[in-house]
Amino acid sequence: MKINTIKDLLNADIICCEDGLEHHVYSACGSDMMSDVLAYVKDQAVLMTGLVNSQVIRTAEMMDMKCIVFVRSKLPTAEMIELAKDSGIVLLATSKRMYEACGILYSNGLVGNRARNV
Amino acid sequence: MSEILNFHFDVDGDDFTSAGKASVQVKKNLRQLGLPPEIIRRVSIAMYEGEINMVIHAGGGKADVNVTEEYVEILLCDNGPGIKDVEQAMQEGFSTATDNIRSLGFGAGMGLPNMKRYSDYMDIKSKVGEGTDITMRVNIN
Ligand SMILES: Nc1ncnc2c1ncn2[C@@H]1O[C@H](COP(=O)(O)OP(=O)(O)O)[C@@H](O)[C@H]1O
Ligand SMILES: [Mg+2]
Repeated sequence: MKINTIKDLLNADIICCEDGLEHHVYSACGSDMMSDVLAYVKDQAVLMTGLVNSQVIRTAEMMDMKCIVFVRSKLPTAEMIELAKDSGIVLLATSKRMYEACGILYSNGLVGNRARNV
Repeated sequence: MSEILNFHFDVDGDDFTSAGKASVQVKKNLRQLGLPPEIIRRVSIAMYEGEINMVIHAGGGKADVNVTEEYVEILLCDNGPGIKDVEQAMQEGFSTATDNIRSLGFGAGMGLPNMKRYSDYMDIKSKVGEGTDITMRVNIN
């Protein structure tokens, strides 16, 4: 799925790194606990979260993620946006809640776990 | 090239917002060196967990990264409270983190096990009241 499709499906606003909207991603995860993201995420390129601090961006960067979606109308700070730009991570913001946002993407084919080498 | 490259960082313990800065920089440096992405990711995650721990549990410290032909070595050194029972701290889910830390997205008790998982070698030397020294290595080949 193109990141642009995620944006459309979630009726999300683009916060930065528009250039990345054409990238294809194959799986996503949702969590407010960065500890869990670091421990359990494998190849998921999209992080859905309601947490707002710089560690969200750094965690995504450490995990080689391509896109972060802030749910529940949360907005990243200016410092977070700078960090994301520096790492080329697309930031999106939606008013949808976590459960609904994840459900919409999942039912449109963006799975939680993708077998490697597919 | 047989020389060892070294990157040194002082990790600020008073500012949670800047925690992880050193790890982001190391990731950039390793990319520039052209190391394989999988190696870079393992180093990044292991170091980031360790760096976060130094900030949330030890009031900051020092980080050194050595790159040799065989491995990337991460040395984390702090003068924090130390770890009373390292074996217990290594258990998945064990954490002394406060609710405040958890509200910041950390403190699931998965950091040390994760560091072990992503490194090929890990050693923890810790003394209560003195601090903690952690060595991790990720083999390049
Ligand atoms: N550098 C450190 N200094 C003091 N205590 C530490 C340090 N790193 C880890 N610990 C202790 O080990 C526990 C487990 O660490 P970890 O697995 O990273 O989980 P978490 O950070 O989520 O609590 C911590 O809760 C803390 O008590
Ligand atoms: Mg930890």
